[in-house]
Amino acid sequence: MIEVRNLTKKYGEKLAVNDISFKVEKGEILGFLGPNGAGKSTTMNMLTGYISSTSGQVLIDGVDILEDPKTAKANIGYLPEIPPLYVDMTVDGYLNFMYDLKKCKLPRKAHLTDVCDLCKISDVRGRIIKNLSKGYRQRVGLAQALINNPPVLILDEPTVGLDPNQIIEIRTLIKKLGKRHTVILSSHILPEIQAVCDRIIIINKGQVAADGTADEIAKNITNEHKMTLRIEGPTHTAEDKKAITNALKALDGVKYVRADMERERGIYDYDVETDGKTDIRRSLNKLCNEKGWNILMLQLSDLTLEDIFLKITMGDGVPVVTEQSAPKLDIKVKDGELIASEKEEPAEEALPEEEAAADDSDNNGGEE
Amino acid sequence: MGAIYRREMGAFFTSGVAYVFLVVFYFISGIFFYNGVLAAGITDVSPMFSSMFYIIMFLIPILTMKLLSEEKKNKTDQGLLTAPVGLWEIVLGKYFAALTLFIIAESIVFIYAIILAALGDVVWQTLLGNYFAMLFLGAAFIAVGLFISSLTENQITAAIVSMVVLFVIYLSEMLVADFENGNKFKKLIFKAVSSIAFYSRYNEFTNGVFSLPSIIFFISVAFLFNFLTVRVLEKRRWS
Repeated sequence: MIEVRNLTKKYGEKLAVNDISFKVEKGEILGFLGPNGAGKSTTMNMLTGYISSTSGQVLIDGVDILEDPKTAKANIGYLPEIPPLYVDMTVDGYLNFMYDLKKCKLPRKAHLTDVCDLCKISDVRGRIIKNLSKGYRQRVGLAQALINNPPVLILDEPTVGLDPNQIIEIRTLIKKLGKRHTVILSSHILPEIQAVCDRIIIINKGQVAADGTADEIAKNITNEHKMTLRIEGPTHTAEDKKAITNALKALDGVKYVRADMERERGIYDYDVETDGKTDIRRSLNKLCNEKGWNILMLQLSDLTLEDIFLKITMGDGVPVVTEQSAPKLDIKVKDGELIASEKEEPAEEALPEEEAAADDSDNNGGEE
Repeated sequence: MGAIYRREMGAFFTSGVAYVFLVVFYFISGIFFYNGVLAAGITDVSPMFSSMFYIIMFLIPILTMKLLSEEKKNKTDQGLLTAPVGLWEIVLGKYFAALTLFIIAESIVFIYAIILAALGDVVWQTLLGNYFAMLFLGAAFIAVGLFISSLTENQITAAIVSMVVLFVIYLSEMLVADFENGNKFKKLIFKAVSSIAFYSRYNEFTNGVFSLPSIIFFISVAFLFNFLTVRVLEKRRWS
């Protein structure tokens, strides 16, 4: 339905979007994820023909958006980041205008009623847009995109500025729309993307950093596994922490250890990442047995979308991924791991601070 | 084009621009009509049309200032430019909306004509000639104003720049008036400037000459500036 080939946009010298390629099949809901300024909106503006690309191609249903813009645009409903509303008009007047502008052939009254019902704006149709709340404006923007039933919907951060109830409503609506339309949705809110989208593309610094379902991305990005441990040492001091951290690091198959907060007095949590091949639980038990430590908790936790996102967007020099080839990202934790806390990614730099905070004040176990 | 035209017409009235434009236009043209025609005791409307040049020069920027600048500022242009319409449709829709309002304003002269008819004989040829001259002059000015509106995001800037540009076009003729009898170089400048002169072309009509070349000139200017406006929108996409 949508095909993007080597799309590139330069603003002067600045490369805003760098060689993005992907395909969206009919009926798919695709999530565009990326930090602010990653090139999401620029990409969407190119998809909808608002701006042109420096090079590359956008095909909507096989039609090039720059070569035959009218045909291609007729297939797209677009909700930009700021809904293009004429605030002096009434909702009804505005929707009628968009109906005419899109040269819609569907029965006017019935179609507009349908769209309004779908977006739940039937009760404000007579009001002037200027006087509507942000949530209603967003929904009017969405209604506008739905006019003429375009097979492709492109929604740029549709839930920004809405309250939690409205966010859920809009999400449900998008999911519903996804049954009949091909949807591309951008956001920097992770749970949203996860809740709504079949497929996710993570964009970072104008490049596709990952492409696939959340699970696929997790699998491809890393085959590490995470677990959280709570281990009680003999002395209940920070020395325990050091000894335990070092001993854990020395275990076979452990890639990364981080001492977390002090959950109970003198007892710390440890985030451990393994290479995913070796099961360290048994050797861990043995180790603790030998040293006389007690394991108070062992919790396995796989990477969440948030972890993935942070990994991709925080590390610099992320390799570009265009196909779904296996080891997409070789996170540089490997080296950083062995040299402990000297040469690490930004994500880990926060560590000393956090530790200090934990030592000072965060006595979360609370048995003082 | 129809959708944009209708929306702009509506917007002129909801935003109040139309009322300001019409009231000022009617008021001042009324003064010119009274002073130049009624008080002078003549039935020739040419003096009134001659004076109207100045008021058109200052009022048309009010009409065109927000046509494209506001769209860009409020990002509503995203809606227009991603809809299945061409750039010409967008520009012409707005252009003809402004032109329509101008024609509504200008047609007040027919009421003046009725008043005159009650008092004496109206020279209809002169009146119609002047009416169409003013219409095409306005058509050219609106295209200039629309073009300037496409260059900025600020409607006040658009209005002031348009006024200055129209004023400079008007003044340029006066500036080179002496050059007519100067050396070759001066003569060349005089020729160049007076060939694109608005005021003397318009004045020809008020002197009772219906000049087809001037009508074609005004239409050409209107076309040229609408074309430039389309180019501006086009270029914005590519930059």
